[in-house]
Amino acid sequence: MSQRTLFDKVWDLHTVRVLPSGQTQLFIGLHLIHEVTSPQAFAWVHERGLKVAFPDRNLATVDHIVPTEDQSRPYADTQAEEMLVAIDRNCREFGIRLYQPGSGKQGVVHIIAPEQGLTQPGMTVACGDSHTATHGAFGAIAFGIGTSQVRDVLASQTLAMSRLKVRRIEINGTLGRGVTAKDVILHVLRVLSAKGGVGFAYEFAGSTIDAMSMEERMTVCNMAIEGGARCGYINPDATTFAYLKGREHAPSGAAWAKAVAFWQSIASGSDAVFDDVKTFAAADIAPTVTWGISPDHAIAIDEQIPDVTAFPESERPNIAEAHQYMGLTPGQPIKGLKIDVAFIGSCTNGRISDLRAAADVIQAHGGQVAAHVKAFIVPGSEAVKAAAEAEGLDRIFTKHGFEWREAGCSMCLAMNPDKLKGRQISASSSNRNFKGRQGSPEGRTLLMSPAMVAVAALEGAVSDVRAVEAKVPAAKVTVTKALTAKAATARTMRAPAGKRPVRTVATKPVTRAKVVGRKAGKLVVKSAKPAKPAKAVKAVKASKAAKAKRQAKPAKAKPAKNQAKSKPTRKPAAKPVKPVRRALRRNGLK
Amino acid sequence: MSAIISRIAGRGIPLRGNDIDTDRIIPARFLRCVTFDGLGAHAFEDDRQQLARAGKQHPFDEPRFSDGIVLVVNGNFGCGSSREHAPQALAKWGKGIKAIVGVSFSEIFSGNCTAMGLPCLRISQADADAIQTAIEADPAVEVVVDLNDLSVAIGSQRWSAQLADAARKQFLTGQWDALGELVDGLPQVKATAARLPYLNAFAS
Repeated sequence: MSQRTLFDKVWDLHTVRVLPSGQTQLFIGLHLIHEVTSPQAFAWVHERGLKVAFPDRNLATVDHIVPTEDQSRPYADTQAEEMLVAIDRNCREFGIRLYQPGSGKQGVVHIIAPEQGLTQPGMTVACGDSHTATHGAFGAIAFGIGTSQVRDVLASQTLAMSRLKVRRIEINGTLGRGVTAKDVILHVLRVLSAKGGVGFAYEFAGSTIDAMSMEERMTVCNMAIEGGARCGYINPDATTFAYLKGREHAPSGAAWAKAVAFWQSIASGSDAVFDDVKTFAAADIAPTVTWGISPDHAIAIDEQIPDVTAFPESERPNIAEAHQYMGLTPGQPIKGLKIDVAFIGSCTNGRISDLRAAADVIQAHGGQVAAHVKAFIVPGSEAVKAAAEAEGLDRIFTKHGFEWREAGCSMCLAMNPDKLKGRQISASSSNRNFKGRQGSPEGRTLLMSPAMVAVAALEGAVSDVRAVEAKVPAAKVTVTKALTAKAATARTMRAPAGKRPVRTVATKPVTRAKVVGRKAGKLVVKSAKPAKPAKAVKAVKASKAAKAKRQAKPAKAKPAKNQAKSKPTRKPAAKPVKPVRRALRRNGLK
Repeated sequence: MSAIISRIAGRGIPLRGNDIDTDRIIPARFLRCVTFDGLGAHAFEDDRQQLARAGKQHPFDEPRFSDGIVLVVNGNFGCGSSREHAPQALAKWGKGIKAIVGVSFSEIFSGNCTAMGLPCLRISQADADAIQTAIEADPAVEVVVDLNDLSVAIGSQRWSAQLADAARKQFLTGQWDALGELVDGLPQVKATAARLPYLNAFAS
């Protein structure tokens, strides 16, 4: 039995009483509501003549069924329209705040609550959605619940629950280039399995987690549920407090210090006792991709599809089923697998830092979305969309052939018009690769980080993001030195406080310049001029030819090249092309 | 107070495989609804159709199992989405699933089932296999799920099962619908709220 962990402290603080069954009646500090799992719950509350006990501790939005293209009402999908009408009516009847599309605050429920400062350390959070685990990134205990329990929370602001065991998952060390929070959690799932966490709350800790931004931490906690854990959390620290400060619903003024004191007190103590501890080394984690039909069917980008013999006897029928469903053969490399659709978005990876990471990779690559690929990017919220557009990320995306959409859950679960067709393969930044998950009963999903999705879209096949990053010549760093400092300053001003420095030093500053504004862009052009315009144009032409060639034979040949390049053995002198190209592009010359 | 549930007896449906997720139990497109009515017809819709196309039959489509009310599954059943639509679809399938016996269940799924009055009992992998085999051999056998002595029985064969103490008490005392109890506790709920720092000392 765990003791003095954050889980224990938060649980005890919110315990109303012990019920005759032995379960705990647990107060829920924040209840989040969306259109799919709430209509029946509201109906039950209404039928029983009950009220919503704490309307102020409830917040509703619409995310699962909203279209990401034409959002004009009534929706073309009459069932979706009916659900929107229902949540609007229910929220009015019971006095619950509802963020509708167009409010500027709508978005995926697990993205909007943190960005508005509603999710705070030491809280209990519940939502009729399994990815409620996301909110644990703040040191909250956050449960996904079903509709009967949504009803319970509406009517009583409590849940009847049994205490969980606590497993500490400690990840230490520095992540390699191109390795993201998504890769960390996919790796953990692979090792601990999709059911290894049943009965547990996962506490993520260690220096790797400590170094993560809040957005990265949300990605990790988001997928705790994929490991069978009922919730995942990270102890609050300076990064957490810095993220919260100044947000709409975060404490301010004199209350701030009191809040921080409470938040610090709620963290697992050094004397905490865990039911189990598992440790991981960041150095063991590579860019990771799923190949099968369960999120733990994950392998490093350089690995091959595993054979059934690599799994325990009881798992083998499932593995064989996954091979068959995915149409993949054991021994086949995952790298080079042709994709049809690329999706960046979801509560796992639809935040601004995810979009920045994708934009960075797209710019470093410089190419267009492969001709056979449909690629689209769905911001996680209206606020994320606005921020991305203010930074110019949308223009980077559309210029390189990605569609830029409205906020929502979209093709993570395909309840809206965004769906795979037939046996299409999707490279997806979402959280589940279940059979039929992305809207086609035969559709196939490969989960990966947003940067990996971006490069897969450009290459037309699963590729190693590290190869793209390695393409950026070291020389560029010198060329744009002046800019680097400026961009870095701009970035510090704009980025949420507490965001750690970016890992991909070589690519980031230039992207930021593009992102930050025209003025910075012009500065680069000046410093880049000595590279002779004529030569630069030639270089651009050459690169276009290379791109055409790349698109002509998208799948097989490329990956081997990537693999060879994936080691950071750069050729600094030989290619002063990219910065110039980039500079030209920034000025609209290409 | 909901109905007391202590014993479920009827035909079984064996459904083999680990990690059968709620997207498979009820694909997301059927969640575009404001009631749970009509979900039963779509339980395992995509799995059933895919097998049909391959010239095979999903157990839910096999006439010999059409009267089944005890579903016998393997590990991590109901993983994935928290959608209560999944157990609701099972409860509304055919004669209605009244109990599920399996190696392990996703917690949100089994919690949803409990809240609906649908017990999920755990048994060992070997026992799950034995029960599935027995039902396959003779679909007409009666499968008896007993919450008093925590067992599953077919004829003279008997397997011991597990169910969390709290859930067992809830079924045996008719308290599986927690709402009444939770609402009864509202005065204490308010007292708890009154001592939460974030609702008081630094409420924003």
